[in-house]
Amino acid sequence: MSLEMFIQHFLNALTLGSLYGLIAIGYTMVYGILRLINFAHGDIFMLGAYFVFWGGALFKLPWGLAVVAAIAFTSFCGVLVDRAAYRPLREAPRISALISSIGVSFFIENLCIVTFSAIPRAVHVPQWLGQVHLIGKVRLLPLAVVVPIVSMVLTSGLLWIVYRTKPGLAMRAISKDIETTRLMGVPVNRIIAITFGLGSALAAASGIMWALRYPQIHPFMGVIPGFKAFIAAVLGGIGSIQGAVLGGMLLGFIEIMIIAFLPALSGYRDAFAFVLLIAILLVRPSGLMGEKLEEKV
Amino acid sequence: MKKIAVLVSLLVILGAVGAACAEEPVRIGVYLPLTGQNAFGGQLECDGILMAYDEKPEVLGRKIEVIVVDNKSDKVEAANAVVRLIEKEKVHAILGTYGSSLAMAGGEVAEKAGIPVLGTSCTNPLVTQGKKYYFRACYIDPLQGSAAAKFAMDVLGAKQAAVLKDVAQDYCVGLAAYFKRAFEAAGGEVVADLNYQSGDQDFTAQLTTIISKKPGVLFIPSYFAEGAIIIKQARELGGTFHIMGADAMDNPDMITIGGKDIEGFVYSTFPYAPDMPDMSPMAKTFTENWKVKFPDKDPNANSAIGYDSYMLLVDAIERAGSTDPEAITEALAKTMNWEGVTGSTTINETHDAVKPVGFKMVKDGKQVYVGAVIPEM
Repeated sequence: MSLEMFIQHFLNALTLGSLYGLIAIGYTMVYGILRLINFAHGDIFMLGAYFVFWGGALFKLPWGLAVVAAIAFTSFCGVLVDRAAYRPLREAPRISALISSIGVSFFIENLCIVTFSAIPRAVHVPQWLGQVHLIGKVRLLPLAVVVPIVSMVLTSGLLWIVYRTKPGLAMRAISKDIETTRLMGVPVNRIIAITFGLGSALAAASGIMWALRYPQIHPFMGVIPGFKAFIAAVLGGIGSIQGAVLGGMLLGFIEIMIIAFLPALSGYRDAFAFVLLIAILLVRPSGLMGEKLEEKV
Repeated sequence: MKKIAVLVSLLVILGAVGAACAEEPVRIGVYLPLTGQNAFGGQLECDGILMAYDEKPEVLGRKIEVIVVDNKSDKVEAANAVVRLIEKEKVHAILGTYGSSLAMAGGEVAEKAGIPVLGTSCTNPLVTQGKKYYFRACYIDPLQGSAAAKFAMDVLGAKQAAVLKDVAQDYCVGLAAYFKRAFEAAGGEVVADLNYQSGDQDFTAQLTTIISKKPGVLFIPSYFAEGAIIIKQARELGGTFHIMGADAMDNPDMITIGGKDIEGFVYSTFPYAPDMPDMSPMAKTFTENWKVKFPDKDPNANSAIGYDSYMLLVDAIERAGSTDPEAITEALAKTMNWEGVTGSTTINETHDAVKPVGFKMVKDGKQVYVGAVIPEM
């Protein structure tokens, strides 16, 4: 393999990995605070991409404004989902909320098939993001740079909220002990709503980035990326925000490099990627950057 | 007096029921992917079938009833759809489907029940293989694959080819194999044969590898959901080779998604296009009627094949002279030089349609009909 080819594979992996990481951040954040694996995350991700599409196609919003509006609206949808599907189950066993999230996932997908139709739609990509740059023999898409930067900005913003603000303090308190937090006078439901709002805004941001890289959207577009991001979050240590980014990167690199070095295995890409993940989890059961599992008494 | 009145009214009711029985409609079931990843082709075929039904709503002096069931682009749902059509709706014959994997799932059920099925655009040979009751109005993939190989060599002048296929789809795997066999048999060389799985969106690793092998043509027998993205990524990564696809790519939306990257893309399809030169009179009428019925959407090869399937099935019922499944099956098998929108169709001994393979190319943002190839088998 020539050096240029390797650099090209490296850049491909970097873009894919940072996209996985970006989706995984939202997954891991909701899990870290509520211990809920929100399987509807991939579908919220899809909603984000669709809202940008409709913002441009239906309301003729300029692209930048459509993005902001879509993130805000998706965030609102996230809060709505929490209110309708998770809040009534707050006191129920955790598995109930998990099943509820699977239900929400199917509901959103089917609602979108009915309202948006299942036909894939083309997404508008702004010129400055879609233009390929030729550096030597290597081809660089601006997104290969933009996505990691967006990931980094969102990660640090999230860390700031969680560790430096009052709602963040309340979130961390809820993650430790929801009952005691409530007794201390924290409006638990409102904080959880904020958590979902933030998580859904992150999902929307990643959905929009994904649609820029793969400019075709359909109601099932969130299923596989959501699944992969979930694996990335577990790999990085679910609950750890930095871990999610790392896990996403690792997954992206494994997927690309398997095909790069073993083209004959290209049909088994997922199988091999996941075998490797299982191997990593066998050695580090709580993920690469996860906290040690503690039994709550 | 009262008793007589009751008796008379009873007789009247019985008479009405008897008359209704005599005019029991001919029920034709349709199973197509109206939602899910194959929805685009499925919906167009469904439109074609319903348009044909509007034009010919009667056969053997009886009304036809068309029952459409969505198979949701899912193999299990496809089998369920056929079960429902046969057991609940009691259909006499079935049309469908787009997607070979779906047709294979549905075909098993129909075969056991002994109900004839006429496939619309399921082109994998396995669909009708060993089946007594499954037929199709389209050509099969060996024919399409070898026509594509012939086109790649003779028209595009390619000596080296690369193949990128979806390993989860019978249609793609089959077509890729037939292309490879025909291309190699004609003296060409296949320099790369790589895979992906349905639902993948990132093909950069495969494409970077393919580009390094410098093929003259890349053959992607994929569905439209992946195809447009593959072409876009191939061009972004600097691939300058010709790219060819097959009938599942026949979709105007690929141009909106692919943009300028999709220019020059060639694909095989059923020999119909609204802009084709030397259109047969049937194709001309079809195009005109379609534009009246669906003014906001263009007809394509799928809508034409949907239309043809319905007309061919009704013709077979007419020739059979009854709605007995065995008689319809026999009549379908005897189809010879039946003239449809997509050309002259003969059903051969393997229940497949023998007809020419058309080619289209994307030129200046439009799908242009290039011509038809009659492949050597």
